[in-house]
Amino acid sequence: MPEKPIKGEKRYFMTGNEVVAYAALAAGADIMYGYPITPQNEIMHYWTRMAPKYGKNFLQTEDELSAGFTTVGGVLAGRKSFTATAGPGNTLMQEPVSMAEAMRLPIVVVVQQRGGPSTATVIYSQQEVTMTTIGGNGEGFRIVYSTSSHQELFDYTIKAFNTAWKYRFPTFILGDGYQAKMRESLTMYDPEERGISLVPAEPYVGKPGTPGTDRPPEQYRNTYNVEEEIYEVVQNLARDFNAIASEVAEYESLAADRSEVVVVAHGVVSRAVKEAVNELREAGISVGYFRPVTLRPLAEKELREAADKARVLLLVESAHGQMARLIKEAAYGCKAEMIPFFKPGMGITAEEVAARVKSILG
Amino acid sequence: MSVQLAMPKSWRIDTKPHKFCPGCGHGLVLKALGQAIDELGIQDRAVYGCDIGCSLLSWDFFNVDSIQTHHGRTTPVITGLKRANPDLVGIAYMGDGGGYAIGSQHLVNAAARNENITVILVNNTQYGMTGGQMAPTTMPGQKTETSPYGRDPQKTGYPTQGPEMVAAITREGAYVARGTVANPKQLKGFIKKALENQIAGNGFSFVEVLSTCPTNWRTNAEETWKFVEKEMTKYFKVGEIKVPEPRHEEGK
Repeated sequence: MPEKPIKGEKRYFMTGNEVVAYAALAAGADIMYGYPITPQNEIMHYWTRMAPKYGKNFLQTEDELSAGFTTVGGVLAGRKSFTATAGPGNTLMQEPVSMAEAMRLPIVVVVQQRGGPSTATVIYSQQEVTMTTIGGNGEGFRIVYSTSSHQELFDYTIKAFNTAWKYRFPTFILGDGYQAKMRESLTMYDPEERGISLVPAEPYVGKPGTPGTDRPPEQYRNTYNVEEEIYEVVQNLARDFNAIASEVAEYESLAADRSEVVVVAHGVVSRAVKEAVNELREAGISVGYFRPVTLRPLAEKELREAADKARVLLLVESAHGQMARLIKEAAYGCKAEMIPFFKPGMGITAEEVAARVKSILG
Repeated sequence: MSVQLAMPKSWRIDTKPHKFCPGCGHGLVLKALGQAIDELGIQDRAVYGCDIGCSLLSWDFFNVDSIQTHHGRTTPVITGLKRANPDLVGIAYMGDGGGYAIGSQHLVNAAARNENITVILVNNTQYGMTGGQMAPTTMPGQKTETSPYGRDPQKTGYPTQGPEMVAAITREGAYVARGTVANPKQLKGFIKKALENQIAGNGFSFVEVLSTCPTNWRTNAEETWKFVEKEMTKYFKVGEIKVPEPRHEEGK
């Protein structure tokens, strides 16, 4: 049985879902649990074709509640476990994610966003930002990478497993139907050959020795008797999450510290923004961009710097202000005026972004 | 010289006395489970999962690695665990609300897939932790907080026949039984067989246990035993419902 699906480096032209399946294999994932939902299905399709060849497992569950909770079980057993979902499946996934968050279980969840509600559309949407970053009955102690290209789907899916197991917070890849279904070229590689060491998984339960004799039993709970107990649990989660935030947070920017208008966008929309900003800058217009790669935690310090130096932050997203809420909270009190450009569930072109920037600058 | 306590070795003594109400049946079920774990010598590889509801009070009950999950979700957590590491012995412990109502899709599908786990479901005919509401297992005419004039089967159906349902949808190899806290010795035997069946890799193993809730039934000791022994057994027949075919290894 071959150990690795990818050796050396090679260029590929494939769909985003296929990329995710390859990346999970490259990251050393052991088992995927999943329930069919468009537009993530092909992650399961490719995983189920490749997994047995590398000694990996798959379980198709009865729904996303089960997909999430079986993923939790896989992690508890000490295996790198992941699932993928979208839309209403992401809604159901919030319950297991709440458990994982509070118990510090490093599940990896790939969300290929779709327009809501229920069936709605399955192509282009950024309407699952709020749910993915702070959904569930908890405080949103998770890490969310918003990818914008197939290369990033590959790079960040590998990274997500490492981040999850290093910091022990649930970790998301937030893509969308467009990235999932579109074909694009990318370079795939064996992470270890590139010097990226894979963080090993460890069991939470079923460790060696007899509990009570050789070691104390491992006992995980979400039930607390008094307010002080749950307060302490949440305070510890908050302290740990805040402590890693600056280390985990990632962003990209161009002239964000020296432009009159800074366009803020994440995920696939940031590609249109980059193109627009580059064209406008060539024409001598004072514009830059700021693209959060992690939506949770945000690169708050750098964002606030941009928001203090620019006159206007133009917030562009394929949702009705879900990213904008995160940005406004992080940049509270900064000088820039925040101007929305929301097209919920719709694609956004570079031309539209350029036109909006020009109209702001008069 | 310490006094030898009549507790299973796998019980965690520093969490005793346990947290259940006086007269609750959970302690008897967990004693049977503890004895079965002791007799099979699986304390080092058993993983105990408990649900929401009164079963959650057992999260630190055993000297066994344990996970307290969400309401109805113990079956998928133990399923995921067992799929990821088949060397573990997965035990999912829940009430009738967790198993037959909010988690019924998990129970049905885990059974249909013949997941190699052991599910122990405690049936006390109502939701205990939330204060005695009607459950899928509430008896016809039984008064609960949400059926204050008695359960009317014309409006809300008859009690769920859980083991019979599980027996109907599982393949040969599955083990299905209904025990009762009124017969702890028999109950221990059922639970032990359900664990042995998992260890042998035969498939889904399910034990429903008729249990007591004097707090919400508002019954004294005599009435409590009468209800579990005489009333509940009118609808819930105690015994083995599905037994795997003999394994050829057994002749050795």
